[in-house]
Amino acid sequence: MELTEKRNLSKKINRVAGVHLDDARLNLTYLAVAFIVLLIGGFLGLFQGLNRAGLMELPSWFDYYQTLTAHGVLLILVFTTLFTVGYFYASLSHTLGGLLPKVRKMGWIAFGMMIVGVAFVATTIVMGDASVLYTFYPPMQASPWFYIGLVFVVLGIWIAAFGAFINVANWRKNHRGKHIPLLAFFATGVFVLLFFGSLGVTVEVLMLIPWAFGWTETVNVMLSRTLFWSFGHTLVNIWYLTAVSAWYVVVPKVIGGKLFSDGLTRLVVILLVILNIPGGFHHQIIDPGITETWKFIHVFMSLSIAFPSLMTAFAMFAVFERTGRKKGAKGLLGWFKKLPWGDVRFLAPFIAMVAFIFGGAGGIAQTNNQLNQVVHNTLWVTGHFHITVGVTVVLTFFGIAYWLIPHLSKRELTPQMNRLGIYQTIIWTVGMIFMSGSMHWVGLLGSPRRTSFSTYGDNATALSWDPYLFLLAIGGTLLIIAVILMFYIAFNLMFFAPKGETEFPIGEEEENAMSTPKWTERWGLWIVMLLAIVAMGYVVPLMEIIVNAPPGSPPFRTW
Amino acid sequence: MKMHRAEEIWLIVGVAILVLSMVFTGYQAFAQGMAPPSNTETLDPQKVDEHPLFSEPGVFEIGENEYEVVLTLQAFSFTPNEIEIPAGSEVHFTLTSRDVVHGFQVAGTNINAMVTPGYIQRISQKFDEPGEYLVLCNEYCGAGHQLMATTITVK
Repeated sequence: MELTEKRNLSKKINRVAGVHLDDARLNLTYLAVAFIVLLIGGFLGLFQGLNRAGLMELPSWFDYYQTLTAHGVLLILVFTTLFTVGYFYASLSHTLGGLLPKVRKMGWIAFGMMIVGVAFVATTIVMGDASVLYTFYPPMQASPWFYIGLVFVVLGIWIAAFGAFINVANWRKNHRGKHIPLLAFFATGVFVLLFFGSLGVTVEVLMLIPWAFGWTETVNVMLSRTLFWSFGHTLVNIWYLTAVSAWYVVVPKVIGGKLFSDGLTRLVVILLVILNIPGGFHHQIIDPGITETWKFIHVFMSLSIAFPSLMTAFAMFAVFERTGRKKGAKGLLGWFKKLPWGDVRFLAPFIAMVAFIFGGAGGIAQTNNQLNQVVHNTLWVTGHFHITVGVTVVLTFFGIAYWLIPHLSKRELTPQMNRLGIYQTIIWTVGMIFMSGSMHWVGLLGSPRRTSFSTYGDNATALSWDPYLFLLAIGGTLLIIAVILMFYIAFNLMFFAPKGETEFPIGEEEENAMSTPKWTERWGLWIVMLLAIVAMGYVVPLMEIIVNAPPGSPPFRTW
Repeated sequence: MKMHRAEEIWLIVGVAILVLSMVFTGYQAFAQGMAPPSNTETLDPQKVDEHPLFSEPGVFEIGENEYEVVLTLQAFSFTPNEIEIPAGSEVHFTLTSRDVVHGFQVAGTNINAMVTPGYIQRISQKFDEPGEYLVLCNEYCGAGHQLMATTITVK
């Protein structure tokens, strides 16, 4: 009796201390494919940048809009989703003592579904049957198999989400009265958002499939756009919440500090989960069919997301200052010098945070109706999400990869790889400053997004944009160097770095930390509140769009 | 769970700025009539030519220094293609699409509106400075999207 207990205990210790090998295989697969997708998507981005600057003509068998569709789908949908699932499944495995066997199986099925879906989507794009961009606004109509591919991707996401819920619920059952570990709390929030956020777009795609097969004749254009953005905007915040999880939980440990506050961190997660979904309307500020009043109400809904981000900004710098002072820093800003600038696991997410100051400010400006009208659908917007997603999120993901991949592959991040990582981070940052900076500026001047090289018949206004577009191409070129470096680093850490143990850094609480209130664990209540906010934001506008709908639109294939 | 005093001040100032930006936006939108284009009139997207407004697109003088420009957008052009107006006039654009979603943007002005099939979109602008203004479609609409442009000549 005692012996089996002892054995069970040692098993548990092993699980907590080391990596669970079966789980690691799953999560490494997610990450490996994510970085392959990054490489392909990166090259597609380079081709666009060069074309946009007038430096490169794309072949007719794979034109600018095919390139753009593939770049968007691969990086915005596939890379981020694969990384997010891989990272959070690894986090669940690490903090909850391993994945349940059935959850691991669900992880593999989810992976398979996503790959099948991406194969459908990629094939239709390459064949030229789906040059509809990743937003696929009807009445442009892609091949039905494009939409069916999307359904597979969404099903994969749902399976992964429910796997996570099962694992978390199981842990809670076995640890009554305890708070779930902070990283698992973040994972729960992200998967809740992934599930509820994707419901709208699923309804849209299920309406588009019979239309694409020709079984229905017309489609409601505005309804489709609105359902799409109920998902599109949530997705942005899902990546952001994923990045933020590493800022709160991992970065403090990496710099030798402690968590800011367990309770306030959970409050930020809860707020981001509840407030997120109605933000989608700010993508439709100059659309017809939605009244001025509703657009204004949605300014409030969008801006409310800034509140938890303000909390995060405070928390991050508070942790940096506390840690620096504990290490003996003096004066008002002396703590700044005590931060581990030579450690890429810190440098990459730090730059990501700084980028969010600019990205967040730009986002707040864009959310306000009249200001949005100035920049809507210009390159400003492309610049905006390359700084938010491309730096804030992706640089944090890279920062995670430097320890997560060797942790899973039982290898080590060598000083040489760390140095290469620092170079990678700097090249990426400089590339993005060039690219995103020139996009913002030329967008203010009126240069449109999602448009291949054009002088509009040598129009003087359009010609005056060219110098900025050239800077954009320089940025894109630097970025592809950084992408190749990152790809090399990721696969080196997976297969070739020296064998060893790498820590999964999880920050601990301060010794005198306040206890976290029990109510933070009431996920049922948070989901009800999420649905209530969605209902407040969407029910009336959707009803107006449906009830006052014009006759539907027949399909068009304009490419 | 208590917040640090400094965090409270930070959040209060932050929220105050957000509220202020909303007040400005609301004031401009509802008191000054600067709200973004949000017209809710509809039409049958397959019968644009039969619609009384769009059967004859063109530039119409509707008052002293006031013009209405009725435009249809289609892959990959604007109808009419030639728009000329005197400097100092107030111009009301009435827009719809014959096919897919288009964008109506005039570089150097705040004119920016989505033109979706089935809806009549409206946006107004006063043109004070003479010159040639570039009009372009800023929503991807197909293989020739980058060619979809025209100009407004203000004399």
